[in-house]
Amino acid sequence: MEERWVDWKQSTLFQNQVHEFGVECFETEESMKKFFYSTKAAPFVFICPFVLTVVVFWLLPIGKSVMMSFQNVLQGQEEWIGLRNYRQLLNDRVFRIAVGNTFKFTIGMLLLLIPLPMVLACIINSRILKYTKIFKTIYFIPALTSVVVAGTVFRLIFGEGDRALMNQVLQLFGGESVKWLRLRTTGYAALLILACWRWIGVNMMYYIAGLQNIPAELYESASIDGANGFRQLVGISIPLLKPTTTYVLTISINAGLSMFIESYMLWKGNNSPGNIGLTIVGYLYRQGIEKNAMGYASAVGILLLLVVLAINMTQLYLTGFFRKEESV
Amino acid sequence: MKKYGTSLAVRRMESWLLFMMIALFIMVPLYALFLATFKDGKDMIQYGLNLSLEWDRMHLKNYGMLFSGSAQRYWIWYRNSMLLTVAQVAITLLISACVAYGFAAYEFPFKNLAFVFVLIIMSIPFEILMLPLYQQINDMKMSDTYTAVLLPFLAHASTIFFFRQYISGIPAQIREAGRIDGATEYGIFFKLIFPIMKPSFAAMAIMNGMNSWNNFLWPLLALRSDTKYTLPIGLNTLITPYGNNYDLLIVGSFFAIIPIVILFLAFQKYFIEGMTAGAVKG
Repeated sequence: MEERWVDWKQSTLFQNQVHEFGVECFETEESMKKFFYSTKAAPFVFICPFVLTVVVFWLLPIGKSVMMSFQNVLQGQEEWIGLRNYRQLLNDRVFRIAVGNTFKFTIGMLLLLIPLPMVLACIINSRILKYTKIFKTIYFIPALTSVVVAGTVFRLIFGEGDRALMNQVLQLFGGESVKWLRLRTTGYAALLILACWRWIGVNMMYYIAGLQNIPAELYESASIDGANGFRQLVGISIPLLKPTTTYVLTISINAGLSMFIESYMLWKGNNSPGNIGLTIVGYLYRQGIEKNAMGYASAVGILLLLVVLAINMTQLYLTGFFRKEESV
Repeated sequence: MKKYGTSLAVRRMESWLLFMMIALFIMVPLYALFLATFKDGKDMIQYGLNLSLEWDRMHLKNYGMLFSGSAQRYWIWYRNSMLLTVAQVAITLLISACVAYGFAAYEFPFKNLAFVFVLIIMSIPFEILMLPLYQQINDMKMSDTYTAVLLPFLAHASTIFFFRQYISGIPAQIREAGRIDGATEYGIFFKLIFPIMKPSFAAMAIMNGMNSWNNFLWPLLALRSDTKYTLPIGLNTLITPYGNNYDLLIVGSFFAIIPIVILFLAFQKYFIEGMTAGAVKG
């Protein structure tokens, strides 16, 4: 009798009945456990913690920020004001300065931090120099330093006195001391120099990595045909490095548009004389954190977010990312 | 033929000059910082940083102060930074590896769309999101905790991407063999795949570690009490409108760079691999 009952319990008919009517709680728990261990559930378990953080710490806050950009937020009280924040922003003189500074800085960075690292990488790749490993090591070191340290060092190098390093260099060439961080042009130059110092090595590494994908035979046959270094650069390296350039371009634009801490450190806080160092994110920080005008600051953030998203999507589209992902 | 030879020599000279100049540009600020560790903090305010060597004005007092009891808070910040860096690296690697495995080893509806979506979200520079995130942390009553510093960055987009590529290269037969031997899906990941992934951890550990060690903006917003400060924010508080402590700032900055530079010299390959991982998506 006993044995037959066990047989019956293991038979599929019984299992189905249990499944259908949920006869015993114990059995459903079992099946949940079974589901948890199945290949259907496993991927979701693996990505679950990540999806949760993305939703809680990225999506929800962004959504809330979009909402707040249409509100006037005061001490926990929210008042819907439609597009007034955005309209006010368009007429905001300081915001315009911030936008101008940010774009000027981004363009300067692109002009310096793409061609130069590319040429350096090509020279290293062409093996006409020895001991390039030392140069690679040295060029990479600034990327290891925190912005706090780098910014402090450069603020002191661009000091106002005659004995600050940059002024000493100027005097060496017969110039006069300059109050670097008080003037628009020199302040801009200081910020660009800081950015170059930090990122030239990293961008060079990107290009070296990109060049390794180009077969060396191409250069060999070009040399046999008598093409010199410059012709090889224009004819082979630049076209074949296009994916790398697209990538470096995107991260540089991203970094340029969201630039803030560099300026924050260089000017010892968020207030530079005549706002010469104020960036869009700096303005967002000033309105949101320093003045607690969350609604207005959110509008700044959302505008910038739209620009950055458009740029990132374009990059993904250009690199054929969407096509590839769909076909996988 | 002879002409070709000279032009090569000229090109070599030119390249050499260019590289030396940039190397100088990069080393000089670091050298100036090193020299300044032997100078008075007052000199910094008065003169700024320079390369002048005035032996009679240089001393070891800053080092003495750093390694005696009076720089206690600096070492608290140092310890905090180290703890947070280790915790962040461990958590981020584990979670990112799980996520990457979920995406690489399984098929599920809308997988590729979800992946693209995730990458787009994560490619938004943090600076733009800091305000909503800051509010979220405040709403969740998590401000001034390390949970707030760590939690939003549980997973890291380019780390996930890197791991996904790596896992795609591991033959699916290994998973199949695991299933036949009766291992659960999670057992397969932790006992079979995880050990195989080890080589890919070094580069990502270093990249995430460096980011965490140097992270400034988010800890600045998330932390309030100065016993919880990390090294970058701690150093930043040394310059205030009310008084500048350049003695500690300069020598402290120098010692903030040292551990990373030593790690870099030892594991250069992984640093570069980690930093350029995003660029060479095939």
